[in-house]
Amino acid sequence: MKKLWISLTYLVFIVLLIIPLIRIFSGSWAEGWEGFVEALTRPQSLHALWMTTIIVVSVTLLNTIFGVMLALYLVRATWLGKRLKQLLNSLVDLPFAVSPVIGGLMIVLILGPNTIMGVFFEDIGFKVVYALPGMILATLFVTFPLMVREVMPVLQEIGTQQEEAASTLGAYSWYTFWKVTWPSIRWGVIYGVVLTVARSMGEFGAVLVVSGNIMNKTQTATTLVYQDVENFNVLAANSVALVLAAVSVGLLLLMEWAKKRKGH
Amino acid sequence: MNLMFRSRWWSFGFRSTIMLYFVVLIVLPIIGVYTHSFSLGWEPFWYSVSDPLAWKAVLLTIRLAVIATLINVFIGTMIAWVLIRYRFFGRRFLNSLVDLPFALPTAVGGLMILLLLGPNSWIGELSERLGFEIVFHEPAIVIAMLFVTFPFVIRAVQPLLEEMDQSEEEAAYTLGASKAKTFFQVIFPTILPGILSGAMLAFSRGLAEFGAVVLVAGNIPGKTLIASVYIFGEVESGNPQGAAAVSVLLLTFSFLILWTVNVIQSRRAGK
Repeated sequence: MKKLWISLTYLVFIVLLIIPLIRIFSGSWAEGWEGFVEALTRPQSLHALWMTTIIVVSVTLLNTIFGVMLALYLVRATWLGKRLKQLLNSLVDLPFAVSPVIGGLMIVLILGPNTIMGVFFEDIGFKVVYALPGMILATLFVTFPLMVREVMPVLQEIGTQQEEAASTLGAYSWYTFWKVTWPSIRWGVIYGVVLTVARSMGEFGAVLVVSGNIMNKTQTATTLVYQDVENFNVLAANSVALVLAAVSVGLLLLMEWAKKRKGH
Repeated sequence: MNLMFRSRWWSFGFRSTIMLYFVVLIVLPIIGVYTHSFSLGWEPFWYSVSDPLAWKAVLLTIRLAVIATLINVFIGTMIAWVLIRYRFFGRRFLNSLVDLPFALPTAVGGLMILLLLGPNSWIGELSERLGFEIVFHEPAIVIAMLFVTFPFVIRAVQPLLEEMDQSEEEAAYTLGASKAKTFFQVIFPTILPGILSGAMLAFSRGLAEFGAVVLVAGNIPGKTLIASVYIFGEVESGNPQGAAAVSVLLLTFSFLILWTVNVIQSRRAGK
């Protein structure tokens, strides 16, 4: 009986995860090394990968800072009422329930070229929708809960004793944060960063709607894969997908490592 | 530096910034979609939602997401059980592999399915010869949803199995209960909240999925066009109000699910 369950588990993993992964890796070599390099060094591929990098870096930075602060407030703040805290707490999860396409649509509806705010921003020479800022906003929305949800349980677990001790002994709040709070939430934050990087790199629906997918302008790596598939250029799609998949596997290893450290 | 952060004005400014960021980024857009869908009044909203293609897309999405979730409940519970209770070669490797769908871009997931099951692959040819088609038809959509939601049930059940008190199980055995009976009467009730909340999360993710599905579904209106792809199409064809109307349907549904998960979880925590 035990053997049967284990083999079934192996079967699911091999069919659902391992074979597809191998297929991506082998598919890029269909026309040898040259085909792969050629597909990857197309100007639009390089540009798309560069856009993805910009988005990943800025989104991760912003969400880490604001996510950690918000988690601190939602757990610790005394200036927020209990009811209000509960309400805010349940609002954090909203992006999980929203389809990425709808997430993109929201930004188009509020900041699009036909709206009051969109016109205002365009007048001062700042294009949001169909440009980089909109794409960053969309990705920020989609990845927002990840950091907060990683840090909050850790903060709840460690309690306030140490922090209170530190401040009664006269440590300033900023100092208390660095010396007392930060060391205990560190691995939670790192895990959150890895999750945010993975999600922002892979974001597709929201970015596709907001960016308009203009080649060499607002195209990211994932939307390029989509466009290549639509143009029946599977080999090129495969090469870009391989880069993304390789980074994902690397992130997965990082996740494992951070999870282990977090557990201690 | 320290004095700066201690001063009242600083902390006030700091707090307001964080809260403003939160409200502007999360709350405002959602209110925006609801108001926009009714921006032209009740009638255009009703008109957009009652378009047969629109509600067919929503119904199809719900039906396929239910199927994917049910499959996930079975294999997810099984895998969680095997990974926690048995020791075998490659266990830790498989356990880390569970999160792969979270780490992998969904568009890449869709491409994988397309490459493996598409018309040029041998599985695709075989199934075509047998007279049923996978890619650009419903099965491919279910597979895409299954792939994307794979980790949810496993990750929700695992901690419950881990912290479960094995003495109850042993007591059941010593009292002469069969393995199946022990499972259904002792183990199953303990892990049920995990299965439920995992299934709900998987379901709402399945409803929302876009990247993996858009590549494999074929997107034939009324047949293989799911709700998120329908919304995308409406945006592309310059009808944001119609897109917003269908979004509101889908959003309200997802919020109900999320709320249910929260209730289940808070009940468990309250115990």
